[in-house]
Amino acid sequence: MLMYIGRRLSLALLTCVAISILTFIIIRLPPGDFVDAYIANLAASGGTVTAEQAQSMRHEYGLDRPVYIQYALWISRVVQGDFGVSMMWRRPVTEVIGDRLWLTMVVSFAALFLTWTIALPIGIYSAVRQYSIGDYIATMLGFIGLAVPNFLLALILMYFGFRYLGLSVGGLFSAEYAQAPWGWDKVWDLAKHVPLPAAVLALAGSAHQIRIMRANLLDELRKPYVITARAKGIPELRVIMKYPVRAALNPFASSIAYVFPYLVSGSIIVSLVLGLPTVGPLLLQALVAQDMFLAGTIVLLLGIMTVVGTLISDLLLMWIEPRLRLTGRS
Amino acid sequence: MVDPMNHPIVSVRDLAVEFRQHTGTVRALEAVSLDLHPGRVLGIVGESGCGKSVTARAMLRILDRNGSIVAGKVTLDPGTSHEQDLTALAPEGSEIRSVRGGRIGLIFQEPMAALSMQYTVGNQLMEAIRVHRDPGKEKARERAIALLNEVGIPRPETRVDAYPFQLSGGLRQRVGIALALAAEPDVLIADEPTTALDVTTQAQILALLRRLQRDKQIALMLITHDMGVIAQMADDVAVMYLGRVIEFAPVRELFRAPRHPYTKALLRSVPDLDAKPRQRLATIGGAVPQPGARPSGCPFHPRCPDAMPGRCDTKAPAPVAPGAAGAACFLVEDAAA
Repeated sequence: MLMYIGRRLSLALLTCVAISILTFIIIRLPPGDFVDAYIANLAASGGTVTAEQAQSMRHEYGLDRPVYIQYALWISRVVQGDFGVSMMWRRPVTEVIGDRLWLTMVVSFAALFLTWTIALPIGIYSAVRQYSIGDYIATMLGFIGLAVPNFLLALILMYFGFRYLGLSVGGLFSAEYAQAPWGWDKVWDLAKHVPLPAAVLALAGSAHQIRIMRANLLDELRKPYVITARAKGIPELRVIMKYPVRAALNPFASSIAYVFPYLVSGSIIVSLVLGLPTVGPLLLQALVAQDMFLAGTIVLLLGIMTVVGTLISDLLLMWIEPRLRLTGRS
Repeated sequence: MVDPMNHPIVSVRDLAVEFRQHTGTVRALEAVSLDLHPGRVLGIVGESGCGKSVTARAMLRILDRNGSIVAGKVTLDPGTSHEQDLTALAPEGSEIRSVRGGRIGLIFQEPMAALSMQYTVGNQLMEAIRVHRDPGKEKARERAIALLNEVGIPRPETRVDAYPFQLSGGLRQRVGIALALAAEPDVLIADEPTTALDVTTQAQILALLRRLQRDKQIALMLITHDMGVIAQMADDVAVMYLGRVIEFAPVRELFRAPRHPYTKALLRSVPDLDAKPRQRLATIGGAVPQPGARPSGCPFHPRCPDAMPGRCDTKAPAPVAPGAAGAACFLVEDAAA
């Protein structure tokens, strides 16, 4: 068991290194660099930059050195917690990202939690009462949920929330708290703003997870151990929940790994529409402006989150699946 | 012979079961009547798909969702003041649940698949003990260990904390038997309990079942397709074909003088140690018809060597009367007349 954890940990570390290299390559892929983009921006608004100024800017940011030196410079500072300076914002990357990382996590976890509270019961119901009217309704709503674009749903909910419920929609804070220091009333303000974006993000995810739960559980319900449990005389609800549902939950534990980065990167448009101060829109701006330190940091963070997510789901699987825990394989 | 003074503990009368499928309704059981007596073993034999397992599941009301009992009765403790018709109970109600495990235990074919791999042997055993008469966690654990010991599992006090995947097939089937015995039922239904096991383990499991059944005076319904198992274990035998009991007889009588052409054919196809080298095994011509395409008249007539055209294919012979030896065949009816 310790061997298993150790192997997973070292694999996770190796993956992180690979991600950092890939990240760097991806950032370097588009033609031109930050200075080119900066000059083009200035030119568009009527300003000019001399060749010497451009050259000194390139030198200042290390853009005139070989690629692997640029990578080495970048990564050696990253491990010390220095992610460099955002060229677009002219402030340290850590400061630019700042609260956005935590706010992203809050929104994502709220969405994930909501996804599961919606998807698991409906999925269980759909499987246990396969081909019932309820199953057909859940299936239909699921497909609608899959088909409707998130941002459209966000716009519709914003409209109804504002028009009929008088809710302050958009953003994660009311105007008076946006720049205020953290305090209990700011947390409460945040709590009031989280449900709407979480609901928007959760709906499409739920539709997907309902299908997964339904399919998993249908497989398990056919297995003989369900009949064994029934033949013992235990109540039907306990038969279903203790045996097949428990077995059908395993794939959910492994889905944690990719659900989280999907929630971050998949939510960019929704975050823009709802004006959420999360990481998604920042990544988009940074990529457009070729702000490589900022974009690189965000992509790296997303990659590392995925690795950590995978590690968590591996450990979780080991905890809930005795065969994996005792024999190291499923 | 069945002692008429010995009252049955379960009597099945004219049981009919149907399954709804895409192609229409399929009748899986037709007018099945059986009696289970305390201390006796009733063997149910037949080819796959003849309704052996459906009979067992219908008795406990654990048919799949698309199956339903359309006629007949399953009476527990018939003739007593507390007799119960199991077909009349709510399928998920507390009355039928107290019968499941509490009065009628079920042993399964696949010891691998019939136990959950997510919980320990002890957890699954203690659940079966506690659901009927909860003696508390400590006592239930002691009882679980005692049960494992009773079914011949070595070192039960450590095995109680093992997961099923850590046990061999034979040990798993012993756990399956312990599970069925957990709440001390007086009826056991064993659905092909040895089919998935190797021959040596088969013999051990059968001996164990026989010993437990005799010691506890259990009424055992043993479902199998193996005539050897029947000869070794059963007191009485019901032969099933396409959802019907086509012959019933005490075991010696059945082997000595089979009545139904199907039973005769089944017995001829048992491998014989005294056979000459390279002698081909006898087979039954044709195949079991598809469930949807039930033949008219006697269900066996298309494969029957003695079928009487114009009679067997138009009218079904009367079902075997419960409790007495007989066969559902016009030849037998004619001979008796």
